[in-house]
Amino acid sequence: MKLKKTFLTVLTLAFTLSLTACGTKDTATTDSNTSGTDKPALSGSILASGSTALQPLVDQVGKKFMDKNSGVSIQVQGGGSGTGLTQVSGGQVQIGNSDVFASEKIKDEAAAKALVDHQVAVVAIAAVTNPEVGVKSLTKQQLVDIFTGKITNWKEVQGKDVKIAIINRPSSSGTRATFEKFALGTKTEDLKGSIQEDSSGTVKKLVTETPGAIGYLALSYIDDKVTALQYDGVDANVDNVISGKYPVWAYEHMYTKGEPDASTKAFLDYFMTDEVQNGDITELGYIPFSKMQVKRDVEGNVTK
Amino acid sequence: MSAKPDQPYLLRKHKTEEWIGRGYTTICVMFLIVIIISIVYFVASKGITTFTKDGVSVSEFLFGTRWSPDDNHFGAFPFIYGSFLTSLLAAAIASPLSICAALFMTEIVPTWGKKLLQPVIELLAGIPSVVYGFIGLSILVPVLRDTFPGQGIGVAAGAIVLSIMILPTITSIATDALSSLPRNLKEASYGLGSTRWQTIKGVVLPTVMPSILTGVVLGMARAFGEALAVQMVIGNAPHVPSSLFESASTLTSVITLNMSNTVMGTAQNNALWSMALILLLMTFVFIFVVRLLERRHRL
Repeated sequence: MKLKKTFLTVLTLAFTLSLTACGTKDTATTDSNTSGTDKPALSGSILASGSTALQPLVDQVGKKFMDKNSGVSIQVQGGGSGTGLTQVSGGQVQIGNSDVFASEKIKDEAAAKALVDHQVAVVAIAAVTNPEVGVKSLTKQQLVDIFTGKITNWKEVQGKDVKIAIINRPSSSGTRATFEKFALGTKTEDLKGSIQEDSSGTVKKLVTETPGAIGYLALSYIDDKVTALQYDGVDANVDNVISGKYPVWAYEHMYTKGEPDASTKAFLDYFMTDEVQNGDITELGYIPFSKMQVKRDVEGNVTK
Repeated sequence: MSAKPDQPYLLRKHKTEEWIGRGYTTICVMFLIVIIISIVYFVASKGITTFTKDGVSVSEFLFGTRWSPDDNHFGAFPFIYGSFLTSLLAAAIASPLSICAALFMTEIVPTWGKKLLQPVIELLAGIPSVVYGFIGLSILVPVLRDTFPGQGIGVAAGAIVLSIMILPTITSIATDALSSLPRNLKEASYGLGSTRWQTIKGVVLPTVMPSILTGVVLGMARAFGEALAVQMVIGNAPHVPSSLFESASTLTSVITLNMSNTVMGTAQNNALWSMALILLLMTFVFIFVVRLLERRHRL
């Protein structure tokens, strides 16, 4: 009996110790990776947090980068664009991932200016409806009327006689900000009775199941279970985004505080290589930044 | 510790053991107290900035119905109302079910009732809340959508999901109370010629009522603080709903939806911390009520 107790205590202690060991590991640096190249080996740890929309991409690219540079350890956390910007601003992480420009979220101008923007990819958003409503295309004005509650039945826009159910995002959501800015051109109030969900998966599920539902999703989430609407007669697809015909898209940003250190810079540069831009980014449903034929600034002005 | 040399060996050994045990437990208690005080301090100091720094008046925050952070309107009444409505409804649905289940286990079929139901209830308590939320979204919401007006999502769906989540809390507390009831009370009642139903109604329930109410209040406290499952089925529109089948919000759902998307220190983020403060204060109220009930029970 007594022996068993001692054994248990030892086990517990060993477990605790091994956990503590994990905690200190990520600051350890190794310099054993020269592998034939004349560049000095990169070392250190990079912590990235923020946008859950960007997280899978940074995660996947991070793993590939670590395979190439064994001295660097990269950890990617979610938490949302707001968290990412807060943490990179406060210096807790090296990279803050965000769906929106930092100046749109951070009110303190000096803090926003201290952050350096690295745009790596583009995400396009399309208005989607339940397939039953029988509408294929909406104009900007019709969308505005629907999301402000002026149009409440699909028959007013040549659809079936079904009540419109709005599946919106919370007012702080980056996806909603993008949709309102570039598709509606105006901020909208939260309508009474409208549904708000933050996760794209839930939005898609509700649009699929609820009769008369309208919502908006990133292109990578769209399949034949929902109808992606044409916007002013333009199809929501990758080619139209690249050529600038389809306007509802936003950059995915990776912010650093000031200029990044060597390994963070190498990681961010790696994002812009053809390997990542045409490989991982396309594969995960984002649009490569390097292919975009148009550019857009913070105010939303588009230049060729 | 200087033990006198003439003290016998065993006495010295036991004194050392006492001292180590006392020291260790004191450290644990100190640690707990420090954690609790720092959490309360952190939430309170963040929550108060809405009123001190952002200039939102307390009455606008508590009773204002317009929540529109972009235009600086921080009326949190829809969320407070939603939280109270869903948790009260959940308690109203769950309490009769739990009390009947507890009576079944202790009074009606104590032999196999408890053996069968106890594990089931423990299992219910162990299911993660995200599973409840997902089941609610996939099964309950479509049923409500087809049966009632509206989109299925709303206060009713939230209250039903919550009521199932708090069933185990109320049931286990009620069961404990019922089984600790002295035998002689019941036997006296039977001796006077009452039936089982008369005994339950006239003797058992009135005696254990304060304990059962404690269970109901604890259940409500859990419902009040539950975030994930409710957020998935309630719809999250920041408005006071005009029907049970209309999208609404609770304090917890608005916090989980917006906290990660806002930057620390902005007015909207501070307003979310103020809501967290309200949640914390409500927890204190619930604990206070439970204490009151316990004291009445003892007298």
